[in-house]
Amino acid sequence: MALKLSDYKTEVHNDWCPGCGDFGIVNAVQMALAEMNIPRHKAAIFSGIGCSGKTSHFINTFGVHTLHGRVLTFAQGAAIANPEMTIVAAGGDGDGLGIGAGHFVAAGRRNVDMTYIIFNNGVYGLTKGQASPTLKLGEKTKSLPSPNTNYNVNPIGLAVASGFTFVARGYSYDVRHLKDLIIAAVKHKGLAFLDVLQPCPTYNDINTRDWYAGTDITDEAAMQTHSRIYKLEDTGFDPLVHYEEESELNEKLSQALIKSLEWGNKIPTGIFYKNEIITPYSGRIVDKIPNYLENPPASQKISSHGKPITDVSAILDSLQV
Amino acid sequence: MDTDLTWLIGGPQGSGVESGANVFSKVCARVGYQVFGKREFYSNIKGEHSYFAVRISDKKIHSNVNDVHLMVAFDSETLFRHADEVIKGGAIIYDSDLESIKLEDVHNMDQNFKSRLERQLKSKNKESSIKGILETAKERGVAMRPVSFREILAKLADDTNNPKLKGMIRMFNVIGVSLSLGILGLDPKPLLDSIESIFIKKPKIAEINKQAANYAYNYAAAKFEKTKFLLNAVTKEPNTILVQGHQGTAIGKIVSGCRFQSYYPITPASDESVFLEANEILSVHEDRPGSTVVVQTEDEISAIGMMIGSALTGTRSSTCTSGPGFSLMAEALGWAGINEVPVVITTYQRSGPSTGLPTRHGQDDLLFTINAGHGEFPKIVYASGDIEESFYDTGKCFNFSDIFQVPVIHMVDKFIASSVITCKRFDPQKITINRGKLLDKIEKTPYKRFEQTPDGISPRSKLGLENGIFWNTGDESDEYGHISEDPEIRIWKMDKRLSRYDQILNGIPKDDQLVSHGTASHCIISWGSAKGPILDAIEMLKKENIDIGFIQLKLLNPFPTEYVKSLIKNVKTIIDIEANHTGQLGSLFKQNIGRDVDYFILKYTGRSMTCTEIYDSLKKIFENKASKREILKHGA
Repeated sequence: MALKLSDYKTEVHNDWCPGCGDFGIVNAVQMALAEMNIPRHKAAIFSGIGCSGKTSHFINTFGVHTLHGRVLTFAQGAAIANPEMTIVAAGGDGDGLGIGAGHFVAAGRRNVDMTYIIFNNGVYGLTKGQASPTLKLGEKTKSLPSPNTNYNVNPIGLAVASGFTFVARGYSYDVRHLKDLIIAAVKHKGLAFLDVLQPCPTYNDINTRDWYAGTDITDEAAMQTHSRIYKLEDTGFDPLVHYEEESELNEKLSQALIKSLEWGNKIPTGIFYKNEIITPYSGRIVDKIPNYLENPPASQKISSHGKPITDVSAILDSLQV
Repeated sequence: MDTDLTWLIGGPQGSGVESGANVFSKVCARVGYQVFGKREFYSNIKGEHSYFAVRISDKKIHSNVNDVHLMVAFDSETLFRHADEVIKGGAIIYDSDLESIKLEDVHNMDQNFKSRLERQLKSKNKESSIKGILETAKERGVAMRPVSFREILAKLADDTNNPKLKGMIRMFNVIGVSLSLGILGLDPKPLLDSIESIFIKKPKIAEINKQAANYAYNYAAAKFEKTKFLLNAVTKEPNTILVQGHQGTAIGKIVSGCRFQSYYPITPASDESVFLEANEILSVHEDRPGSTVVVQTEDEISAIGMMIGSALTGTRSSTCTSGPGFSLMAEALGWAGINEVPVVITTYQRSGPSTGLPTRHGQDDLLFTINAGHGEFPKIVYASGDIEESFYDTGKCFNFSDIFQVPVIHMVDKFIASSVITCKRFDPQKITINRGKLLDKIEKTPYKRFEQTPDGISPRSKLGLENGIFWNTGDESDEYGHISEDPEIRIWKMDKRLSRYDQILNGIPKDDQLVSHGTASHCIISWGSAKGPILDAIEMLKKENIDIGFIQLKLLNPFPTEYVKSLIKNVKTIIDIEANHTGQLGSLFKQNIGRDVDYFILKYTGRSMTCTEIYDSLKKIFENKASKREILKHGA
């Protein structure tokens, strides 16, 4: 039975600020789930803490609202124990790149088959607008007493360097494009990272919707403004690692890294890097445990009539004197 | 007379002390003796002093004693540190090449110990050297058994026409074990079998080791007179296993159906996870093979997060850590608490605070564990007293977590982790599996994860279950699991969760809450691995017709207050024995029972208790010569 978009919505009242970029992301996730027709019980949304953390409550699939910075840990545990689930983890930039940065790097190395979306707005919204790890050095958003004293993290660059095998960026006001990116991320076999630029209308008065739309810059020749956001796919950019050779891999990694540094008047969105050659974590487990995918932890029978059925006699024999 | 002999082997870390002791233990166990061995080591990879004390007996034993009867030393530090422990009539086998070494030549021994030893030797008019320390032993009536280990290797090299053997100092441990067996007059056959099974994939190395073993055994048997300690003939009890510390909980997890374990490396807990991974493919009766997926994470925060994520899929999931790692888990523990997620955290305690004594024993985490995590939520803290118990208790802990839908912290410690014991082969059929209200199918829709029920425990869905969608959040939440800050909901949810404590006290059988080894006018209270030396000390007192009670607490949170009260009604003197500074069980006892502990017997040197020192302190208590706090110090 085909599911409708409305099937993926809950009745929970959404208390994000009016005009918040987060709405676009939740809509895009719901649209992506509907378009892929994923049964509701086969999907789980994990979220961190902060405004983005509430995401899981608005989507009518399993929803696990975890701890600040720890969303990837919970999500990976579930994905490994039950690899049949479609797992999407969602969190803020402070959540994932500040307190959770260690998990971000480690998750990249592991390459578990799931999707991670960072709601990137440059501020800690729910605690009233402190600087987040993605805010640029020297920038002073509305509620900061003085300009930001830290250099910014480059989420795309960090993901590429950490071993994520699908790295993309979306913009929360281009919901259709974002939905397509989410579908591509979910379908990717391995860990997919989506950096979503998401204006915070309350606390980030620098990277606003108007700023992304480029209302402050004028194209002299055309006598009109142009959006800062552009799509990599429109420029013929090829993010895919085509074959298993170091030169090919290095070229795709470095072009992604170079593109990730682009900011200011031109901000790329779309897929920066995609590597289908690197084995996902499930494949690495299969190398050790051949029937892992047919009989993963969540499916295993462990007892019969209240008694254990695991046979440890070989182990006990080896200890016998 | 009983057979009761302690053999000690020492040497630099990485020199084969542990494998030598394992072989010795195995040989003794194969003959039929009961074995209790314990390893001590520094936080170091190579070079620092480590030793293994193996006690063998024809009776069931649960701990070490102070006395050493036969010692093997292939380095000078072992002689400096342990020669004093060898008693009259005992013997020291040592490498005669060490005789010329002076205390000042041994650089890796810490200055504090060296100064103490120097003063001690000076007071006996002995020089600060191997010669001096061996003289004091000789004067006490200890027999010297000098052997040139290098000469043995040289002789072996000549006999077998294999000059390479001359430099094989890695075989010192095999030689040491063989010399010991020769002196003890124990049959060398199990030794040769053990060597064969250890080097099963390297037949050439097995052969060389067997030659060395035979040579050393015959050498000792011919040259030295047999030890005076009685070795009664024993018959091997059928179904005896020789098992190491971490294997009880590890095998317990496999049997109990734990299929996911995440962990971050930490001493002394990692061995359990490594064992699970080494045995990851499982054979299952009447089903396809199963498996334990073991994930090494980036830190303990990730380990607990992954474990919880996995548990949400209905998988029995666990992690294993020690104090420093458990500290990092405190926040997520509360998340499991508020969301009623069944998980089992096994914690092998060591000495804190901070990194503390990273490879040494301690029971200093009791109150921290009970109180870990901010806010109020139910958790079970359960402690095992030895390796055998830890196997069966692991099964119970998983059941408790599933039935009561709470996190369970299973406490063990470094003493258990680094002991090797003989015990009855574990019986997996004594373990039951009860998943509580875990659902396989949703009967009633709409499903509400935190549905109100008479007992406060709601039917539990799992990720992937059709019609069983739920939400979880670390915020307070309503029946579905959506965030709620409503005061009425808050009262209901807090009551729902915390009423679990009554359920637990009523639901866990009394025999699983504590073990009463009898109560008398004097009664010991204790927990965890202090059990072993306490039981042996009680045996020693019994021989003098002194009767003493002992309550071993296993369920520490919630505390079985009423049950304990009923047991100690007629007890006059309460003695708390545990391995920490403040007497944490004593505090818990007072808080719950409202009664003071009369005496504390405490040890916080990082070394486990021996039954000898507990016996000594208990005797002082009976003779009214004890101080309120008896502090134990034995052990290098």
